[in-house]
Amino acid sequence: MREKQIDKLKDYKYGFTTDIENIRAPKGLNKEVIKFISQAKKEPKWMLDWRMKAFERLKNLKEPNWQKPKYPKIDYQDIYYYSAPKSASEKPKSIDELDPKLLETYKKLGIPLQEQQRLNGIAVDAVFDSVSVATTFKEKLNEVGVIFCSISEAIQKHPELVKKYLGSVIPLTDHYFATLNSAVFTDGSFVYIPPGVKCPMELSTYFRINASQTGQFERTLIIADKESYVSYLEGCTAPMRDENQLHAANVELVALDNAEIKYSTVQNWYPGDENGKGGIYNFVTKRGLCKGINSKISWTQVETGSAITWKYPSCVLQGDNSIGEFYSIAITNNHQKADTGTKMIHLGKNTKSKIISKGISAGFSDMTYRGLVDISSKAKNSRNYTQCDSLLMGNKCGAHTVPYIKNKNPDSNIAHEATTSKISEEQLHYCQQRGLNPEEAVGLIVNGFCKEVLQQLPMEFAVEAQKLVGISLEGSVG
Amino acid sequence: MIDQLKIDFEKLLEKSNFSKKNIEIKRKNFENFIEKGFPNRREENWKFSDLNQIISKNIKNLSFYNDLSKPNKIDQSIFIHGLEHNKLVFVNGRIEKIEFDYEEKNKIELLDDLVLEKFNNTSNSLLFLNNAFVSKYFKLIVKKNYSLKKPLVIYNITNEDLVSKSINLKVDILLEENSSLKLIEFSNDKSITNFININYKFDLQKNSILKNYKIDNNSNSNVKYSFSNINQNSNSVSETFLLSSGSKFVKNEINCNLNGKYASAFVNGVFILDETKHHEIKTNINHLIENTKSYQLIKGVLEDTSKAVYQGKIFVDSKAQKTDGYQLSKAILLNDNTEFNAKPELEIYADDVKCSHGSASGSLNEDSIFYLMSRGLNYQEAKKLLINGFLLDVVEKITDSEIKNLVKNIMSLKQ
Repeated sequence: MREKQIDKLKDYKYGFTTDIENIRAPKGLNKEVIKFISQAKKEPKWMLDWRMKAFERLKNLKEPNWQKPKYPKIDYQDIYYYSAPKSASEKPKSIDELDPKLLETYKKLGIPLQEQQRLNGIAVDAVFDSVSVATTFKEKLNEVGVIFCSISEAIQKHPELVKKYLGSVIPLTDHYFATLNSAVFTDGSFVYIPPGVKCPMELSTYFRINASQTGQFERTLIIADKESYVSYLEGCTAPMRDENQLHAANVELVALDNAEIKYSTVQNWYPGDENGKGGIYNFVTKRGLCKGINSKISWTQVETGSAITWKYPSCVLQGDNSIGEFYSIAITNNHQKADTGTKMIHLGKNTKSKIISKGISAGFSDMTYRGLVDISSKAKNSRNYTQCDSLLMGNKCGAHTVPYIKNKNPDSNIAHEATTSKISEEQLHYCQQRGLNPEEAVGLIVNGFCKEVLQQLPMEFAVEAQKLVGISLEGSVG
Repeated sequence: MIDQLKIDFEKLLEKSNFSKKNIEIKRKNFENFIEKGFPNRREENWKFSDLNQIISKNIKNLSFYNDLSKPNKIDQSIFIHGLEHNKLVFVNGRIEKIEFDYEEKNKIELLDDLVLEKFNNTSNSLLFLNNAFVSKYFKLIVKKNYSLKKPLVIYNITNEDLVSKSINLKVDILLEENSSLKLIEFSNDKSITNFININYKFDLQKNSILKNYKIDNNSNSNVKYSFSNINQNSNSVSETFLLSSGSKFVKNEINCNLNGKYASAFVNGVFILDETKHHEIKTNINHLIENTKSYQLIKGVLEDTSKAVYQGKIFVDSKAQKTDGYQLSKAILLNDNTEFNAKPELEIYADDVKCSHGSASGSLNEDSIFYLMSRGLNYQEAKKLLINGFLLDVVEKITDSEIKNLVKNIMSLKQ
């Protein structure tokens, strides 16, 4: 048994659990639990009211079911909506006071939280189950006026900003999972970049689901004020469990005049074992609003984990001349399923969007690119370019492309291209002839296939992502 | 509407003499339709064209019973001139003329007393409606090794007598081994606000060739739905060309199953729309076995407040290795209020395939217009030349030269 465990760990090195004492809300979804969450986080009344409104709204909503990967019905009453490490209930004043076990966990994950160990200068907000446990480099960021903290802290310290922007991109009245998140979200990151500031370092959040039977519902809100710039990274892992865990996060980005936000994700939730047992349901709503003129939002994602990935990071291009970009690599192996893509909604004049999506499926997996490009009649002279390529390995897997293209404007140009292929025998032969084994050869070719997207990632992430691409496809050749 | 449906349905059963078996099937289909109703945008397939809304907006007091006891006059001037052809003429939903003057009589067979299909595995409510209300169900069989000498033209004519009626037609065509058929479906409508629902079924056996051209060119206020189901055996070829231009609303749906090796399917279409017209082409090409090929090219030119939709799907089964699938849709939007929606979809389960799709939409290239104007053309002429060139690309794909010329004439593309 033990040996088997170790064997398993080889495939997914983040599959360990941390034995840590938890405080949990009672199981189930009801008013009491929402009150419990709100109280535990010492939230003001307006926040609780907001949550309650979302909860009321949720009662009238139905779970969507148009997606390609079907999953067994989720019992929303059988989930813990709040789980926090006990040691964090009294919030430590500095990182040195953190529970050593927590520090250990993040060290194992390769995210040292102690600032002196940081060399590459990335500020990290670490979210463990339902709470943010540490945020690094706070002072340095304070100097330039950047606010980077957990959302619970922001609700208390910067209510005017939260009130103004929370729900402004993903309203309470959105779809089922987004509204569920609005009612029960527990923590997440909050970033505010003041006017004219170029954020001096990369900001990063690391999400970890540790407790079993727990759903993670984090909420991230990033506001880039006029003429500012921020690059934000997100990483996620979870222990290996036989059960399916739900992760329904909301991410809202707001870019004002001339601001730019770059949001990168390396998603590596536990994908389930090779027979498709267990794994995370990653049902995330990510939406960015280019509110001001000349603003820009760019999403980059590397999706390798999760049993089911179901997300469409979107851009609403409201400001004139605003730009939306989406770069994605999605890899599915074994019994993983993904239905992912983007939405580019052009509302302002001269808006531009670009979509590059690379899908790779192997084993018994199923991968769908689903995207929407919607050009409204007011979006004069707007442009879109979409390219989605799929790579298939073996004939037990599937690759699908479902783009929706709506054009209501004669001055606009839309171009869409898609191809589906497999790795050619000649390429493989060529690499092997030069001494690579088949797996290395496939890794090399796949990395080449993904290059356009990998280039968009910040350096440290790009290296990690490249390795991840290789690991995710292990065992899929031959 | 449900009351009207029920009254009309009973009236139809009372006035016609269907076989017992057919009545039973019709009742079942009728119940299915009542349960589902007209499709609306909540169905993925009808996302861009809400038929329920279109019907209630455009057709007042739609009735489903159509008295077919009296013959209708045929307006001979409608017939295609300058092309020798066989005829099947429907006027207001009633068959008025069957003429196969150019063919060997023992090589073709036309049946009209058939048992209806049951449709167990469909959720398409319009097929139920069609089955419930169709009065005569025709089947044309082209015998082994026979190629029709002249094209067959199916005329769908409606005249002023027809107002706010629902017409349902059903035609099956079986092409036996090594046979071939050129089919033109020609619509001419002078009627006002009717719902016309046509269901075709094509069975292509080994080595057979079907060339199918659908022409809907004269402006009218009717709402139309046409469903063609094409089953292809090995080495068979189907070619479909759609000229989608005249009616208020048209949805052409083509479902093509490539069941035999080396079967190939071609679907080409042209939208030429103005005013408030709203047309859709929906295709489903299913590659079910290895070495099959499909090719789709759709182009549209939209004016005023018209709207065109293209939903094309290529499905590749895990058995269908070596599939070659291609899809391209392009549209030119000439006015501010036009709309082009596309959903080019690929669903692929085999790895050794070559599948690609592309879609583009935008306005006319100003540089090209400038070039032509600098050579002495006025703006209108330059625009016309560019649009014609854009559309000609699709028309040139028609493999039968006689019919290609006919289509060019109809579209006034002839130089």
